[in-house]
Amino acid sequence: MISSRVITAVCYLLFAPFIIGLLDGFDRKISARMQGRKGPSVLQPFYDLKKLFEKEFLTANKIQLLMIRSYLFFIMLSGVIFFAGFDILLVVFSLSTAAMFLILASTSTHSPYSAQGTHRELVQIMSCEPMELLVAVGFYLAMGTFNVNEIAQGQMSPITFLPGFFVGFVFILTIKFRKSPFDIATSHHAHQEVIKGVTSEMVGKEYGMVTLAEWYENAILLGIVGLFFINSNPVSIVAAIVAILVVWFLEILIDNTSARVKWQLMLKLAWGVTIVAAGMNLFLLEIIRG
Amino acid sequence: MSTIHKSPWLLHYDGSSCNGCDIEVLACTTPVYDVERFGVINTGNPMHADIFLITGGINSQNAEVVKQIYNQMPQPKVVIAVGTCACTGGIFKECYNIKGGADTVIPVDIYVPGCAARPESIIDGVVKGVALFKEKAAALAAEQKAN
Ligand code: SF4
Repeated sequence: MISSRVITAVCYLLFAPFIIGLLDGFDRKISARMQGRKGPSVLQPFYDLKKLFEKEFLTANKIQLLMIRSYLFFIMLSGVIFFAGFDILLVVFSLSTAAMFLILASTSTHSPYSAQGTHRELVQIMSCEPMELLVAVGFYLAMGTFNVNEIAQGQMSPITFLPGFFVGFVFILTIKFRKSPFDIATSHHAHQEVIKGVTSEMVGKEYGMVTLAEWYENAILLGIVGLFFINSNPVSIVAAIVAILVVWFLEILIDNTSARVKWQLMLKLAWGVTIVAAGMNLFLLEIIRG
Repeated sequence: MSTIHKSPWLLHYDGSSCNGCDIEVLACTTPVYDVERFGVINTGNPMHADIFLITGGINSQNAEVVKQIYNQMPQPKVVIAVGTCACTGGIFKECYNIKGGADTVIPVDIYVPGCAARPESIIDGVVKGVALFKEKAAALAAEQKAN
C-alpha cells in the first residue's frame, strides 16, 4: 500500500509535465481550430519550454531566481503530498505558500509592469482561494476525512455529496488555468494585457521554470477534479479520467467564448458562484448530517 | 537536434509610420494568415521575445525606446525591419525629425520592402528571420562551449 503511494508520487514528478504539456499542445490546437486557424504543432509547448532554457539569462535582481525556484519546489511538494495520498488541506496551504513565492519573485524587480501584474495576481488569488479551501472542507464533510487516500477509497464518489462544490471548483479552474480574465491571464493568446502580468520581468530559464511550475500545478488541479469521481471501485478511475477530459475541454470552450472578461467581473462572479454553489451545498450537507 | 527555431516569439514595435505596415503585421495573426502555425507568438514583452519586428522609421523621440527594447531582449535575437519606412525612413525620410530606417540605431538582420509590406512578404521575412534565429542560436551555443 505504502509502495503504491510512493510510486504514484514519483510518477507525478516524472510524467506530469509531459501529460500536461501535451494537453496544453492540444489546447492550443483546438483553440486555433475554434478560431478558424490551423494552429501550431501539439508539441509546441515543449519547443517553447526548451527554447526558454536555451535563451541568455538576463535578470534585474538575482533574488528573483531563488524565489522562482522556491515557487517551483513548493508546487512540486504540493503535488507529492496530493498524489501520495496525504492531507488535502495541506495541499491547499502548500499551494498558497507557492503562490506567495511567485508574488515575491515578481515584486523583487520593482518594475511598474510587474507591480501591476502582481496587484492583479493578488486579486486573482483572492477570488480563487475561498473556493479552494471550501473544496477541502467539502471533502471532509462528505467523507469524514481530509486524507486523499481515504477519500479515494470511499464507498461512493464524493461528487454525489458535493455537486455544488464541483461546480464552484470548475468555475475557478478557468482562472487558475490562467485562461480568463484577459487582463490578468498570462496565456499564450494575443488577448493579454499589461505585458505579461507577474511574469513580465522573468527572462529565459526563469520564465521556463514558471511554466513548468504551472504544469505541475495544473496536474494537481485536474487531480482534484478526478478525486470528485473516485471511489473504491476501480472502474471509477475511468470515470475520473473522462471527467478530467470533459472539464479540460469545457475550459477551452469557456476561454474561447468569453475572451473579454475583466478582473472586476471575475471577482464578483467567482465569489458569487462560491457563495451560491458551495454555500448551498454546504448547507444541505449540514442538514443531512444534522 | 536543436528545435529552438520552432518557437520564435515576436515583439512588434511601430515607429514613425502611417500605420499601414502596422495593420498588415496584425493581419498576419488573423485566421487568414495564422503565423501561430509556425510557433510564432505575438508577445508584448521584450524579455520574452526572440524576433524584434519593427515597422516605421526612427525619429528623435523613439530612438532611445527602440534601443532600449533591443537591449532588453536576451540573446539570440533577430531584428526584422518591415516596410519601406523601417528600411530607409521611406516617405517620411526628408522630415526634420526623422533619422532614417531602424538600422540607424540598432543592427537590422532582415529587410522586408513594400509600402505597405504585404502579409505574404512579412511572413516570408519572418520565416527567413526564423532560419537566421536558428543559426544565431547555434553560434551562441558554440561560443558558450568554447568559453
Ligand atoms: S512603408 Fe508605407 S505603408 Fe508602411 S508605414 Fe511606411 S508609409 Fe506606411
